[in-house]
Amino acid sequence: MLLIYCPYCEEERSELEFRQAGDAHIARPTNMTEMTDEEFEAFFFLRDNVKGLTYERWRHLNGCGRFFNAARDTVSDKFVTTYKAGLPKPDISTLRPATEAIVETYEATESDAK
Amino acid sequence: MADLIGADLATRTPPLAGFHGGSGAASLSAATPATRLSLRAKPDAVSALSLALGLSLPTRSKTSASGHGRHALWLGPDEWLVIDENGADLTTAVASSGVLHSATDISHRNTAVIVKGRGAEVAINGGCPQDLSLAVFPVGACSRTVLGKAEIVLLRTAEDTFRVECWRSFAPYVSGLLNEAAEDAGN
Ligand SMILES: [Zn+2]
Repeated sequence: MLLIYCPYCEEERSELEFRQAGDAHIARPTNMTEMTDEEFEAFFFLRDNVKGLTYERWRHLNGCGRFFNAARDTVSDKFVTTYKAGLPKPDISTLRPATEAIVETYEATESDAK
Repeated sequence: MADLIGADLATRTPPLAGFHGGSGAASLSAATPATRLSLRAKPDAVSALSLALGLSLPTRSKTSASGHGRHALWLGPDEWLVIDENGADLTTAVASSGVLHSATDISHRNTAVIVKGRGAEVAINGGCPQDLSLAVFPVGACSRTVLGKAEIVLLRTAEDTFRVECWRSFAPYVSGLLNEAAEDAGN
């Protein structure tokens, strides 16, 4: 079971109390009525779906109820850090450990498509 | 005429009326009916609301304030659950504060199970992932969390006693799950 640090409860809690709530730092356009369908599609539907470090909104649903942001690795599922909603993206280079644990991915261990 | 009075009145049946269960290690009983308030307010309203309720609303995570059968539980940075075991009119009390707030009477939305005994922690941990050891969850600590598939609010009222608040429609599930876990806690 993953433990997630809630920046409002200031404590690690079980993942069972949390819900993921999509990508973080997506600015809502102020000129929505003037946008083309393509521009709206890009804002509303298109996401990067990155492999590796990603920034997400999470909600401590069955806890304090607050939305917050998390920097998370989509390969290892590791939460690099969490921070309160409204704060800018943190500088991950200062937070990441210098020597990262090696994550055994399918590509690294099984496949020959390196 | 007098003997008819009462015959036409609707009677309210509490969701866990007469419920008793558990084991020697963790006994379960239905909490007595109480009035409850879901209270939300900004930080600048906290002192006036505290004065109106006669309790200082806690502002730190997982803490509560209690006195004279009334409890104020921190649920979130601007959210509290207020419980009055003497059935006081809490809505009127906070309305007298004169400051901006949101108060919803949830006296009958919630019900509560009292879990008591040396196995109380183990019984609740049967469905709740929180660390309930005394060092991390001391007497007076409270938290909204989960019990299996249901949302609950926990309040530790004594070293061996917890109040488990849940929505009334979840009461059969919550009491049933606690009953199973309380039997396991005895082993
Ligand atoms: Zn929280």
